[in-house]
Amino acid sequence: MTSIADDHQTDSVLAARADARAQAVRTADYMPYRPASTSPVVPDGVDRNSLVWAETVAPGGYTHRVIARGTRLRLDDPTGSACAHVILYNALETNERLNVADTIKIPWQAYLGTGHPLLSGDGRALATITADTSGRHDTFCGTSTDESATARYGSAAPEGPSPSGRSRFLLAAAKHGLSGRDLPPSVSFFQGVHVEADGGLTFTGSAGEGTHVELVAELPLLVLIVNVPHPLDPSNDYLVGPLRVHAWPGAPTLPGDPQFTATPEVNRAYLNSIDYAEARGL
Amino acid sequence: MTATTTHTIGDRVIETTVPVGAHYAEGTILDPNGPLASGADAHADADADAVVLDETVAPLAPWSARLLAGQTLTIVDVGGNQSADFLVYNAQDTLERYSTPDTLAWQQNAYLRQGSILRSNLGRPLMTVTGNEIDRQDTIGGACSKESNTLRYGFHTEHQHGCRENFLAEAARHGLGARDLVSNINWFMNVPVEADGTLGIVDGMSAPGKRVALRAEMDVLVIVSNCPQMNNPCNDFNCTPLRMIVTSPALATKENHA
Repeated sequence: MTSIADDHQTDSVLAARADARAQAVRTADYMPYRPASTSPVVPDGVDRNSLVWAETVAPGGYTHRVIARGTRLRLDDPTGSACAHVILYNALETNERLNVADTIKIPWQAYLGTGHPLLSGDGRALATITADTSGRHDTFCGTSTDESATARYGSAAPEGPSPSGRSRFLLAAAKHGLSGRDLPPSVSFFQGVHVEADGGLTFTGSAGEGTHVELVAELPLLVLIVNVPHPLDPSNDYLVGPLRVHAWPGAPTLPGDPQFTATPEVNRAYLNSIDYAEARGL
Repeated sequence: MTATTTHTIGDRVIETTVPVGAHYAEGTILDPNGPLASGADAHADADADAVVLDETVAPLAPWSARLLAGQTLTIVDVGGNQSADFLVYNAQDTLERYSTPDTLAWQQNAYLRQGSILRSNLGRPLMTVTGNEIDRQDTIGGACSKESNTLRYGFHTEHQHGCRENFLAEAARHGLGARDLVSNINWFMNVPVEADGTLGIVDGMSAPGKRVALRAEMDVLVIVSNCPQMNNPCNDFNCTPLRMIVTSPALATKENHA
């Protein structure tokens, strides 16, 4: 009988070290690209040497990063089956975080799309959606819990085939000193939900393969991203696809940008964000 | 000269320069009603249950209470269309708290109605809507705040009191803070979502004396803000009291003695 061990010579420390070092040249379908300029799938129009974050997040996986004000963050759904659950925090004061209620109430619009701000509960824009080729997103259903994942798939074990979104957010948050107290409702991209006249929530799913969403960070952000099936995904199988993440430097929304005065509400959100950033010396 | 208003506080009458929000107008119809037990019709069935708490929340004010599993909280919209901004926590472990998305995803509907289960961030039932006299109740509109008021109405409203202030003040009495505030429920507030996703707070569907009854499915901590907002119709631009009645189910029944 052969085993993986037969492919490795690890009977001494030096041999084990050589064996471990020899593995680094390998690649995987799901991995971070370091430096980011080595990404195999640089977004069109982006200078690969400007990239500060490039990664393919595994199905059921998660990623997290602190990014500077002005950073452009692009999420790609190459297979049409990713579902990017996102929570944003002001990286300087994580008490300030995504507030989904304000994010839909203040723009008077429940469906996310280009120009939609992602607002904190402190009256500031954390980010703005600057591009969207999917149009299928959700601000109502949040992410899955161990309770709902177990009901749907039979298990939510973190090491298993059907981890919950909340358990992934907990791991990502913990790596920044945050806990379950710090997980507000999330938004999700690439799998849509429509609200019917009676309030019924209808899962509309994906817009197909090859769509992307791009955000700009209006403040320094802690970004948590979890890639798990949408809670209303009707499949009893766990068939989420990989998610690609790229980021590169840019400018926040500033006076003179058409977006800066797109609506009176978003204009005051940008004024509040700029007011905060200037006082912090950002 | 800085404007002042006159306030009666107990046996004192004071003048103040604090720009306190408006209270209800003289002549406002107020109906304190009574407990809405077990989802029964108005003013019925209350005798079966023991009232363990009966308090009035003044206009603009915060409130909180702990309920034991099985107890029912009746919230009475005394003056009609007065938003009761509402959060609920597992009283034994406040890491478990109300979750709008879990509540909505499990019931696959954006509105709360009779039978809606208020779920926690762990997906578990915190409370159940066992009585409801409004067509649909809101949990997507969130709470007003000084900060969000600047976005919705302008910087001139920043000095006004808001639900987030009430939530923070009341949460602090229980060792909770900003990290513990999440999307809330707004009993008696009306937030329709239109086909194109347009949504907003519009004129309410409630009336004086209308009620909602919530049965605790575990020991819970409830925190309420009697919404002070005076820039939208969430309280008819006329802030009125709320009556909060907690009842315990009758301990002894004929069946138990049989």
